[in-house]
Amino acid sequence: MASALINVPKKAKRGDVIEIKTLMSHIMETGFRHTATGELIPRDIITSFSCRYNGEEIFRADLFPAISANPFIAFFTTATESGTFEFSWIGDRGFSETASASIIVE
Amino acid sequence: MRWIGTIALATLLNVACVPFLFAVEIPPDQRRSGFSFMAPDNQAIQNDDTANPGMLWVLDGEALWKSKIGAADKSCADCHNDASSSMRGVAARYPAFDTKPGRPVNLEQRINLCRADHQQATPLAYESRDLLALTAFVAQQSRGMPIEAGADPQLEPFVAKGRELFMRRQGQLNLSCANCHDDNWDKRLAGSAVTQGHPTGYPLYRLEWQSLGSLQRRLRACIFGIRAQPYDIGAPELVELELYLMSRARGMPMETPAVRP
Amino acid sequence: MAMAMRDITGAAVVRTGKVKLDVPPLVENGNTVPMTVSVTSPMTAEDHIKSIHVFVEKNPQPNVGNFVLGPRAGRAQVSARIRLADSQKIVAIAKLSDGSFWSATADVVVTLAACTEEVI
Repeated sequence: MASALINVPKKAKRGDVIEIKTLMSHIMETGFRHTATGELIPRDIITSFSCRYNGEEIFRADLFPAISANPFIAFFTTATESGTFEFSWIGDRGFSETASASIIVE
Repeated sequence: MRWIGTIALATLLNVACVPFLFAVEIPPDQRRSGFSFMAPDNQAIQNDDTANPGMLWVLDGEALWKSKIGAADKSCADCHNDASSSMRGVAARYPAFDTKPGRPVNLEQRINLCRADHQQATPLAYESRDLLALTAFVAQQSRGMPIEAGADPQLEPFVAKGRELFMRRQGQLNLSCANCHDDNWDKRLAGSAVTQGHPTGYPLYRLEWQSLGSLQRRLRACIFGIRAQPYDIGAPELVELELYLMSRARGMPMETPAVRP
Repeated sequence: MAMAMRDITGAAVVRTGKVKLDVPPLVENGNTVPMTVSVTSPMTAEDHIKSIHVFVEKNPQPNVGNFVLGPRAGRAQVSARIRLADSQKIVAIAKLSDGSFWSATADVVVTLAACTEEVI
């Protein structure tokens, strides 16, 4: 039941630099923890995150176990045209989630 | 590493404590939420709904609110409609007296009672993702509202029981909740601030857990931390403690979903 | 950590400057430390930040994240929340469009929760 929280301004003026904030639900199990009986808990993290703005990739991140659970990533982009942001998270064990947000650029 | 914390705690309290019969309760105008003890960076996480990880559970809860379940094939929304109006103020007066068991129940138990009685569905396990999500969603509808729990006269004996549990010394270190949270809240324990222990934001996202968790989880962890035997989750003692803590915080605004270190 | 950094920079010289690493100097909990890396740059097609790489000194693994930007970013700034296993140094390295590398270092003190609790 993964949910994502996205914060993209609804409107912007052409040329404005806007901040995009994303939060994705994920345990980000580091692979370094052990159970009470001493077994290693296998790694289960989101390994990459990318954002496309009207189809063109504007931001990408490789993530490692040092990123906290429920990864929060915020970055900037220039508002060039109205359209859609598409976000994609890919991780261990076939984890794959997407989200989108629209923006009106005047 | 962990022993340093407990030895420091025992030393601090053995040296600093005169054996009171009753700990000095915090005067109402000096009450502070755990929020005010946090560093500004962590406060910023709580204040931004798009950056507060607790909101992920609230979103899940919103979806669960609308899903039809159980033999009755009903959703919460079918009876309670729009939660932002029907659930407004509810969490602020929980734990509340429930006539069927004849004693207070907390919000998690109330949700499970509803599931059993009205949706003919199985109760959700304590600390399960679904129960946390529903509880967080319902409690978030009370955000900003003053806590009113414990006002009902029927709850009086249970609030008294909760106060007695809060004041009682227990465990290997012979500490009561009041020793830290009434008497030493302006001091630090190892690197962490000792707060006043007001449950203004539950269920909350605790950085130590990296997950949302309930007040009962926090209470059991605290009792375990002072080297006493924690009550089982859902035990009447924990509900009485919850009730006392909420009534001790009466008037303070709800912050659910809060963020704490 | 030095080897992980060399994987990114190769034999190039890494200069100090241009990069600002914003981390609280004392954190209440090492599980979730808010971090912002910003790099001064006009962010034009000719002169921009291509990527930002963050490393830590004492975690079991030195890499934290690699962030790929580009001229469309408008501002070379990334925020994330990271885990710090202990009090340690964090290093952020920025790769510029001209191939040069710049870095900044921050020292963070991490306090542990005073009371332990059983793992649920």
